[in-house]
Amino acid sequence: MSERKVPAPELNPEIEAYFAAADEGRLLIKACTNCGEAFHYPRALCPFCRSERTEWREASGKGEIYSFTVLRRAPIPYAVASVQLAEGPRMITNIVDCDFDSLRCGLPVRVVFKPSESGPAVPMFTPEGEPA
Amino acid sequence: MSGYAYIVGAFEHPTRRAEDKSVAQIHGESAKGALADAGLSFDDVDAYFVARDGPGVLGGIGMAEYMGLTHLRHLDNTETGGSAPLVMAGHAARAILSGRCRVALVTMGGKSLTGDPKRMMPDQYGAPELPFEAPYGINTHAIYAMAAQRHIHEFGTTREQMSWVKVAASHHAQHNPNAVLPKVVTVEEVSESPMIADPLRRLDCCLNTDGGGAIVVVGEEIARSLNRPMIRIRGAAEALKHQDGGRSGFTWTAGRDSAARAFAEAGVTHADIKYASVYDSFTMTVIITLEDLGFCEKGKGGAFVSDGNLISGVGKLPVNTDGGGLCNNHPGGRGGIPKLVEAVRQVRGEAHPKVQVPNCDLVVAHGTGGFITSRGGSCTMILERTR
Repeated sequence: MSERKVPAPELNPEIEAYFAAADEGRLLIKACTNCGEAFHYPRALCPFCRSERTEWREASGKGEIYSFTVLRRAPIPYAVASVQLAEGPRMITNIVDCDFDSLRCGLPVRVVFKPSESGPAVPMFTPEGEPA
Repeated sequence: MSGYAYIVGAFEHPTRRAEDKSVAQIHGESAKGALADAGLSFDDVDAYFVARDGPGVLGGIGMAEYMGLTHLRHLDNTETGGSAPLVMAGHAARAILSGRCRVALVTMGGKSLTGDPKRMMPDQYGAPELPFEAPYGINTHAIYAMAAQRHIHEFGTTREQMSWVKVAASHHAQHNPNAVLPKVVTVEEVSESPMIADPLRRLDCCLNTDGGGAIVVVGEEIARSLNRPMIRIRGAAEALKHQDGGRSGFTWTAGRDSAARAFAEAGVTHADIKYASVYDSFTMTVIITLEDLGFCEKGKGGAFVSDGNLISGVGKLPVNTDGGGLCNNHPGGRGGIPKLVEAVRQVRGEAHPKVQVPNCDLVVAHGTGGFITSRGGSCTMILERTR
């Protein structure tokens, strides 16, 4: 089955590191060293305490599906999900390399990286136990 | 601020497919209709309210020029998505009560059916969330589907319960000569319609139409001078919700906060409400919103909408008696104006006789804008007939 073409993320200086790491196969998450909270999407100012003392941390890449859908009418159907990361925050993503009919809320997933069109690879997720 | 502002003009453009009209023309014709309904003229208007659907980068100013509004002293272009006309009608009330203006015009219009779909949405350049959403093919269906999926997961909401929302809308639409889908449908027909974005099926989704409408808001003195029912805005509140750094859940909306504030301001209870216009971009939108509005407990919305409970003359809470966005009209991807207009018809006693709620002196209109539970603005408005 052919894969959906992934639009390249629009980069800016605030979030370049995130996608540079993704392109190397690493999932980063932003956390605040002032209040200790992790958050997504990443940003320079902590959305909870507004401190500038935020830092990139390497995420475990593990999480579970908070919610999901399958866009059945797209030329190449694809699954959109909100994944709850082990670190706490939820992120919008795609679930890939799996039988879409097996998806459910609460399903454990792990990160994989998929190329975008003329841009960096972006993090997506696949059910735990699926072959790498 | 004391006293009340009044809705004296309300107009839903009759078009649902406007190949022969421009977007500006739909706004202008809607304004003319609402002012005629009120018994006022364009020259009376001193405040203008339009969201991003006012065409052009300076859409508010552009539309003011188009309509020849030369007495403006107040302009508001608040953008909260489909709820924007309700939000701005609330702003209009406050602007009037604080003495900044006397006659406020709110317009909404769009051509999402025959216009250029690629140019419907604004350029998102620079939106901070964009790099973290666009690669994943996020769209309106996906976001609402995820809210629905989570609601089903947490609360056991069923396929049949979702279908009842559409069934009720279709029962109302059969009496609306302008409705796009006037045919009554069954629970089975909704439940077996093609899957679009799990769990949302085709008949769970609202229409995509051309059209629009307008509202006129004035103070008490002018309202008394007009030969129309006096419909006061007894309570109005807005609220917004976003993903809160990746923390907020998908099963509630900002309506929770806007409703609590609007009901508190109005000093009325849910049992007093005779009719509700509830934003219905999708069937699940109504279920989640009725919970947030406080008509039932969180998680019980599915049971609440079942068995015709939203059908006028049948159930306890008639909802969207024009057929709603699901069967009547959802112009330009925005359902706010039709919601407010039908609420005004009901509270005036001017709805279609087959769906008019008896003794309908207190109603609620609620708008949900943007991406329901993840990035959106809500507005709750409570209207009361006093004459």
